[in-house]
Amino acid sequence: MTEDDVVGRLRSGMTVGIGGWGSRRKPMSLIRAILRSDLTDLTVVSYGGPDVGLLCAAGKVRKLVFGFVSLDSIPLDPLFRAARQQGRIEVAEFDEGMVQLGLHAAATRLPFLPTRAGLGSLVVDTNPGLRTIVDPYEGEELIAMPALKLDAALVHMNRADEKGNAQFLGPDPYFDDLFCAAADEAFVSCERIVSTEELTKAAHPVTVRISRMLVTGVVEAPHGAHFTSCVPDYDRDEAFQRAYVEAAGDPDRWAAFSERFLERGEAGYQREVAVLAAGKEA
Amino acid sequence: MPAENPAVADRAEACVIACAEAFRGDGEILASAIGLIPMIAVRLARHLFEPLLLVTDGEANIVEGTWPVGTPAPGPVESWLPYRAIFDVIWRGDRHVMMTPSQIDAFGNVNISAIGNHAKPRAQLLGARGAPGNTVSHPTSYWVPRHSPRVFAPKVDLVAGVGWDSAAKAGPAATRYMRLRRVVSNLASFDWDPDSHRMRLLSVHPGVTVDEVVAATGFDLVIGDDVPATRAPTAEELRLIREVIDPNGMRHREVPA
Repeated sequence: MTEDDVVGRLRSGMTVGIGGWGSRRKPMSLIRAILRSDLTDLTVVSYGGPDVGLLCAAGKVRKLVFGFVSLDSIPLDPLFRAARQQGRIEVAEFDEGMVQLGLHAAATRLPFLPTRAGLGSLVVDTNPGLRTIVDPYEGEELIAMPALKLDAALVHMNRADEKGNAQFLGPDPYFDDLFCAAADEAFVSCERIVSTEELTKAAHPVTVRISRMLVTGVVEAPHGAHFTSCVPDYDRDEAFQRAYVEAAGDPDRWAAFSERFLERGEAGYQREVAVLAAGKEA
Repeated sequence: MPAENPAVADRAEACVIACAEAFRGDGEILASAIGLIPMIAVRLARHLFEPLLLVTDGEANIVEGTWPVGTPAPGPVESWLPYRAIFDVIWRGDRHVMMTPSQIDAFGNVNISAIGNHAKPRAQLLGARGAPGNTVSHPTSYWVPRHSPRVFAPKVDLVAGVGWDSAAKAGPAATRYMRLRRVVSNLASFDWDPDSHRMRLLSVHPGVTVDEVVAATGFDLVIGDDVPATRAPTAEELRLIREVIDPNGMRHREVPA
């Protein structure tokens, strides 16, 4: 598949889960394809990074389900902040562990999972639909974290085969397999599509965290996580992330940044990134 | 910049010691430090008096050793701890976290989420992160690099980290494993009065008066008759901070010497 094929499978109003964590191994080429599409009104579930900021700025998000949005080396994403401070998006804010429980409930076809996390906090104060449940054995009152069912999941992995078996080679799988399992359809982009045999030639099978039974389609997207990190293939592009943040703080500069990097297709994006990195201004 | 008298600790170093003391007695648990001075403090505590503490490399591994802040952990790796396993550690309770609040009140309610109204905040911050789960699951401490009435506030706009009163209202499931341990600021150390659950002044850092702390705090503190000074670092602690853990003086970006 291509990024545009994946976007063709999505519909406005869907609930979409996005893998990765903060500014780490985000399916950015798929996000950029959504930015170029006419999709709108999405509910986004994410351990948020620039994916969230970009989708909010492009008016794609109706509601965000989140525990945080951060760029890691830069604590806050200016585009997400602006969307929140202008009241442009609805949010369901949870403890970050509760997001895992919600995905796990969806992935295991349970209506909810009980947890202490969230008790006594803004999670209860700001999620009016959230219910508690009494432990039938000991009688304690716990939060019933509802299943976070996804229409679609988008994740970026280091390697995958054509069938959808997908591998992480960096330090952390994050929750990408869980996003896939919680979704009706899951789309995996990867740095390189390889043969099934190649996946475990040098790496332990535990790194093939996502099984083809969870996956609808695979996109080969070299540098597809840019500018987030995709270790060991590449680190976060800190210079580019700084440029993103600086541009995001000013409407005129954002228009120029957007025109240069986000409106010329994925090939155009990668070309402009290379030009910028080489220090040759276009 | 080194202190004029090399045997005397500057304020940043006093803060390191006060933060390290928060982890004394913790034993074999994961020590998670958010912020530079807490990070220095945890490495110091493990090196000198809490050898069983577990510390991560900031990615997904637990690592041995004592290494300079701002540099990659040289290892060796003890075990693997991806994010999903951290949640398991949190819920099992084998962790002590030190977080940095944007607002904290007398009962230890902490806001790191957003300032103002939740539907349309005046300033969006990080979000709740793991603060709701951390605070009701395992020991939690706080580090405030710039003590002011804006941070030590009469009321927090949103409760991300759960305070004693909020937990009590939520019931026994919230209070059962709750252990708010310590607050360290650039001026002083605090804990909570066991009866009233209001924040209590434990010690003032060298060169700080009780009046200064009171003036910089937006609520009434519990203050005993005789407030001691935060203990001075030993010569070995100073050497470790200055030569091994923070040789480039990064601590002074958080708290000026």
